[in-house]
Amino acid sequence: MSRITIRVNGSAHTVDVDPATPLLYVLRNDLDLHGPRFGCGLGQCGACTVIINGAAVRSCVTPVSTVKSEVTTLEGLAVNGKLHPVQQAWIDEQVPQCGFCQNGQIMTAKAMLDKTPNPTDAQIRETMNNTLCRCMTYYRVQAAIRRAAKTMADARTGKKGVAA
Amino acid sequence: MKNVEEILATHRRGFLKTAGMLVVSFSAGSLANEAEAQTAGPYPDVDFHQLDSWIVIHENNTATFYAGKTDCGQGTGTGFRQLMSDELDIAFEQTTCIMGSTDNTPDQGGSGGSTAMERDSWPMRRAAAEARRVLLEMGSARLGVPLDQLTVSNAMVSVKGDPARRVTYGELIGGKKFNVTMTGANVFVVTGKAKVKPVQELKYTGQAPQRYDIPAKVDGSLKWAVDVKLPGMVHARNVKPPYAGAKLTSIDESSVKNLPGFIRVVSKGNYVAVVCEREEQAINAARRLKTTWEKPATAPFPASDDLFDYMRKATPATASNPILVGNPEAAFAGAAKVFEAEYEVPFQGHTAFAGAHATADPSNGQMTVYSNDMKSYGMRNGVAAFLGMPREKVRVVWMEGPQGYGRTAADDAGCEAAWLAKEIGRPVRIQWMREEETAWDTKGPAFLVKVRGGLDAQGRLVAYDYQARSCDHNHVGYNEPETVLIAQLMGIRKSTPNNGSSATASDMYAIPNRRMAGDVVGLRLIWETPIRTGNLRDPNGPQSTFAAESFIDEMAAAAKADPYEFRMRMLRASTADDSVFRRARSIACLKAAAEAYGWDSRPSPKPAGDGRILTGRGIAYSFRGNTVVAEIAEVEVNRETGHVWAKRLVCAHDCGLIVNPESLRRSIEGAMLHALSRAIHEEVRFDTEKVLSTNWMSHPTLRHMDVPERIDVVLVNGDPNPNRPDLAPYGAGEASCKPMLAAIANAIHDATGVRIRRVPFRDARVLAALKAAKV
Repeated sequence: MSRITIRVNGSAHTVDVDPATPLLYVLRNDLDLHGPRFGCGLGQCGACTVIINGAAVRSCVTPVSTVKSEVTTLEGLAVNGKLHPVQQAWIDEQVPQCGFCQNGQIMTAKAMLDKTPNPTDAQIRETMNNTLCRCMTYYRVQAAIRRAAKTMADARTGKKGVAA
Repeated sequence: MKNVEEILATHRRGFLKTAGMLVVSFSAGSLANEAEAQTAGPYPDVDFHQLDSWIVIHENNTATFYAGKTDCGQGTGTGFRQLMSDELDIAFEQTTCIMGSTDNTPDQGGSGGSTAMERDSWPMRRAAAEARRVLLEMGSARLGVPLDQLTVSNAMVSVKGDPARRVTYGELIGGKKFNVTMTGANVFVVTGKAKVKPVQELKYTGQAPQRYDIPAKVDGSLKWAVDVKLPGMVHARNVKPPYAGAKLTSIDESSVKNLPGFIRVVSKGNYVAVVCEREEQAINAARRLKTTWEKPATAPFPASDDLFDYMRKATPATASNPILVGNPEAAFAGAAKVFEAEYEVPFQGHTAFAGAHATADPSNGQMTVYSNDMKSYGMRNGVAAFLGMPREKVRVVWMEGPQGYGRTAADDAGCEAAWLAKEIGRPVRIQWMREEETAWDTKGPAFLVKVRGGLDAQGRLVAYDYQARSCDHNHVGYNEPETVLIAQLMGIRKSTPNNGSSATASDMYAIPNRRMAGDVVGLRLIWETPIRTGNLRDPNGPQSTFAAESFIDEMAAAAKADPYEFRMRMLRASTADDSVFRRARSIACLKAAAEAYGWDSRPSPKPAGDGRILTGRGIAYSFRGNTVVAEIAEVEVNRETGHVWAKRLVCAHDCGLIVNPESLRRSIEGAMLHALSRAIHEEVRFDTEKVLSTNWMSHPTLRHMDVPERIDVVLVNGDPNPNRPDLAPYGAGEASCKPMLAAIANAIHDATGVRIRRVPFRDARVLAALKAAKV
């Protein structure tokens, strides 16, 4: 066990754990952040996704001791109580079925849109391809990503009220 | 919704103390409340005869509905609120719904069989109608006005023509009990004196309010069953047998006892678990625990490559009586042409998105299990029997979880968590790892179906013989104390294994001479095996319909007929219909699907193309219970790689009364794509001693790249009297799974001229078939 400090959603936390502990368990069990979830522990499904340095990272295969930069979890996307446009698009499109995988879908989409604000359909499919869903909500996930991209673009150009 | 939730949480607690009922809102409440609540047992059954068990009206004129159902992600709670708000005459926004926990919702069995709207919304509607009736009477007394001079709207009773004289539901009964006893022999038929409204008077039903559960699933605030954290809670992980049927011969506890956080190795028979203070410690300890096992003397099953040969030669454990129409053998003898084909569907996993999990609290000599089991009531009974505890000391608190579409009918983890909690004397959280879940979860049974058909000189199907065989002997029950995995590993056996089931074609075709039958075989090892069968979404439907609707397509091709028109002719060959008009509705659905797709009449296959990508379309139709579905797939087949992409899907769907069209569309899409995944990806692979499919690489699933570019869902109402006041809702969670495998197979045939009779249509299989046919 050793004392490790990580920054998550804007605050620093110090935990006393084995340095090899996957970040996922520290987030869930020590910091009570339940957005990221255990799906496979193998980095195959994406349920545990967090954002570090702008990249979607699988926290189930990331040792906590290797985390040097700020971690953003699903809980950290909203600003001042207002949902991130990606989250709002998920509600507007009524994406989730059971919803268990949607942390991975949302966080992966958010990281993609930050880098590629106007993705083509092919880019959406490729970037999202390793983020799995057993309720098969993919069709609606892709629609929500297109909607979020539009909302975010409109916000940048100052258009309002278009995200009906 | 959150504000209403918070208000209600406060009101509920006040009311419930007086009512003697316990209610906790997980969307607003904290688990600390649950820890306190453990002292509040025992937990008697909720009396479904009591109106108070279904509805609570609060002083602020809001209502809480209690449904003995769970949700598998289709948003059924929102649908219940729509129907009950209509019957109660209260604004939808002023209601909430609590579901599925055994001590505060009446036992409606949890979920399964797409019964939410079709069967279980009825007692909810009747209870809400009864509450409205009672409130009107109370309003009459309060206002001093006869009933026939009163009107009710938005939870307000007022005098007709004098709206200033009014009283709200909250003022009439807020925080108090109805104390009204309803009648009826069981929860399905329970009723008050009031009648439900004609569907034309339902205001919220048929609208599409957003699902109330989605915001908390999107902002990270929902407390799932995996999130339960209790004071003193410890973590457990399993060590599963490395081979099916293996016997545990030794455990070397010294291999883990010095690991940090180690508490205990707990074992009985061939069941082994390691318990540690922290989750990652339990995972590590379970991996490092040294155990030795003895392989069984005979191989437990054939390798998956030999499965269908094994099934062909196996002796059936049970067989169904044939369904017989006309004289098939005479008709075959007189047929102009006779065809025969055999279809194979392998075992396919439930492969829930996360492993089985539960947390159990043993404090105060009672047992609370926090679980995502879709049949929480059955789990309560199973846990009580398994532990030998009185039922009233056991409760199951249902919380949301990752769906496996039938996996949690017997989720295994609830009995494990409860047993471990009892052994350790502290709350225990257990979760299966990915490789355990994919290898050891329940599977949809493998199917082998032989079909024979005889065409007359005019190309009509006049003789038909359908013989199905499923590998489903000892099908796992719903958290039965003998068939749940921990019990099996401990050596417990059911004296008579469950029969399992086969299935035949579900269609309304008028085929004058027809025989259909099925039997069930088993693998050599039926206990303590990772190849256990359970109910997988639309149990047996995709398998049986793959054979049935592929074969109909083969007959259409043999008759050189358009496959849509070939089906239509058989639906129109008779005018006999059943009580729910499935023949008329089948015609309506096929027609709607063809119109939405833009179907042009021609036989399959289409003339061979010469490009790298071959395209084709396939149609298939079926019904599940009272719900009718017709589907069309348009595929691209890559001639060089064998890759199949379903570019476009159409579904025409008739489930009677539509409660929430947007929820419905998404449920239909999800089930279609689930079946598409089964069509092109899914197969459980095994050698002769263990399952080899253990993760998302070795048991692949549908991905973003596979998703059609366009999906059209047409909501059909093909009832001959679509405006009848008693139009009923039918099930919608599973039916659209059913024809998809056949629709894809038929589209591949249309594109390539090659008929593939073995699922899944993975690249290598398709490419080999194309090469064999020199396409």
